[in-house]
Amino acid sequence: MYGTIRHEIRINRPAADVWALAGDAAKLHHWFPGITDCTVDGNQRVIITGSGAPMPEEILVCDNTQRRFQYRLLLPIFKHHRGTIDVIDLGDQTCLVVYSTEADPRAMALVIGGGTAGALRELKRQMERQMEDDTPEGTN
Amino acid sequence: MGRKILFITTDQQRYDTLGCNGGTIARTPVIDAVAAQGVRYERAHPQSVVCMPSRSTMVTGQHVSTHGVWMNGVALPEDAPSVAQVLHDAGYRTAIIGKPHFEPFLDPFARFAENGFAGKGTFGPHRGFEHFESATHGAAGPLHYARWLLANHPETVGMFYPVLDGSLEVNAMGGGDTGAPQAWVNNIPREWYHTDWVADRTISWLESLPVDDDWFCWMSFPDPHHPWDPPASEVGRIDWRDVPLPAGYIEDASEREAVLDAKPRHFRAWYDGRLVSNYEAPAAWVPATLTADQIRETTALNAVECELIDEAIGRVLAAVTARGWGDDLDIVFTTDHGELGGDFGLLFKGPYHVEGLMRLPLIWRPAPSSGIAPAVVGKPVGHVDLAPTFCAIAGVPASPWMEGKALPVNDADAAGRGFERVLTEWDSELFGVSVHLRTITRDGYVCTTYLPGSVHDGSEGELYSLIDDPLQRVNRWNDPSLTSLQSDLIADLWDHQPPMKSPLPGVEAPV
Repeated sequence: MYGTIRHEIRINRPAADVWALAGDAAKLHHWFPGITDCTVDGNQRVIITGSGAPMPEEILVCDNTQRRFQYRLLLPIFKHHRGTIDVIDLGDQTCLVVYSTEADPRAMALVIGGGTAGALRELKRQMERQMEDDTPEGTN
Repeated sequence: MGRKILFITTDQQRYDTLGCNGGTIARTPVIDAVAAQGVRYERAHPQSVVCMPSRSTMVTGQHVSTHGVWMNGVALPEDAPSVAQVLHDAGYRTAIIGKPHFEPFLDPFARFAENGFAGKGTFGPHRGFEHFESATHGAAGPLHYARWLLANHPETVGMFYPVLDGSLEVNAMGGGDTGAPQAWVNNIPREWYHTDWVADRTISWLESLPVDDDWFCWMSFPDPHHPWDPPASEVGRIDWRDVPLPAGYIEDASEREAVLDAKPRHFRAWYDGRLVSNYEAPAAWVPATLTADQIRETTALNAVECELIDEAIGRVLAAVTARGWGDDLDIVFTTDHGELGGDFGLLFKGPYHVEGLMRLPLIWRPAPSSGIAPAVVGKPVGHVDLAPTFCAIAGVPASPWMEGKALPVNDADAAGRGFERVLTEWDSELFGVSVHLRTITRDGYVCTTYLPGSVHDGSEGELYSLIDDPLQRVNRWNDPSLTSLQSDLIADLWDHQPPMKSPLPGVEAPV
């Protein structure tokens, strides 16, 4: 069986704003702690981890309408991997971001997916800080 | 000049592996002598039976629910309280050398500070330890020992047992003479094995200190935790064929399985290979396949590792004495949790609050200059009491966030200061399997209540008399004659159980 990990966070920003960052394949390292760089070439992305290890990935879905991003790690240890980021509009100028990881072998779901909770926290921190910075003085 | 504190921990060491505790397989003359000069605790229990929560209790002085490291893979926050910081602030020089494991090992994104020092060629500071030099069970990973071995003796790196398999699960591969899981012939020279490395690095750090400094040094051996792969040159010390089976092992399979059946259902389900409840034991290994000879061999290899630790401690104590610190030296020796060791036909560890995992070696040899008399303490104490003990030794007040009390120096002291009970918790959630235990040890009984999870409905429990049934063969949870006692124990448990930290920190890795 696959191992699955799912983390979610509510962000006090419109879904479109959050998607602009979370859905940009080339900006993952801006909000995922432990990823120091990433480069995108077509549907191929290479991330560099904090330990210096390059991890090649295939981008599977980047759907600006559904606000869904999916990718898979192309490492020999994986029989299967899929990472999914969904940004869901909650209709009140906030959104829910769901970051799911499924993997075979199952332990890899925890090894890789364990970092996604921190990534969501950092995404929220950046997006909500940016909103505070953009808010006219005296209105928040 | 004040008292110096040498805090020695091992990993996954059973109470009965020391001569001073009645062990007959490993020869442990150094620790036995320390015990004879100090206070030996016969009822020391951990607050968790796995590494990260237990070690977090040691450094914070808090129960698991309070510090929040509720299972392996949950990181202790970097700003969590630390007794090392308290001592450092009081002027103590501080170090941890060996296995820390306050943060997950499996860390491909290098998010955790603990895993980053060696790669940068640095040694902390971290969590109040001005010197942080790390090791774990083998030659893999980013810690100082692994990098030292790779840099200096790369030919030995592949000699260790591969702790994890190709799927990053705990390896079930058998080895040794009997095919026992995690038994292995390791051809590394003894002096390069992590036990001696930890002692060498401890001696080196101590020798770097001015003689007038006070210090707190946590020397943390990764053994005798599996894999059981001590240096091959030492394996001949103990012929596994001569090793008696542990008292907790029931040779007759039908009798063994009947005992398991009387316990909560996850015991038998794991034994039969129908349930993997936690990451810490090999997922692909079925305990029912464990043979008597495999228990003998793993017990023998474990004992060899205990002997090497004992000898390493002897070298460190000699170095301390040579510096002239002996009269002011406090030694505290314990382990983070036990090992099932063949009891009930089980190995490794998991959500099983039985003696093999719960009864720990704990010895405190107060500084001879303190005038504290040798004693044996039968009252229950816990790891939660260690941090206040270190503060007491150093002459600084225990911090308000510490939840234990300085260890008693004898049973009268224990009675006078209310050492009545010790609590142990287990929580795990792994790929749809959740298990939650709360245990109290008090008045010669150990009582565990199971909270609802994916395996238990919340009605299950265990109740054993440690006096009448030390091998815990008869679960008296449903014994009508003990209903009142059981209710009293459970009420007392909940009266003293701290609430779980909220929000609950997330699991960030398998281990």
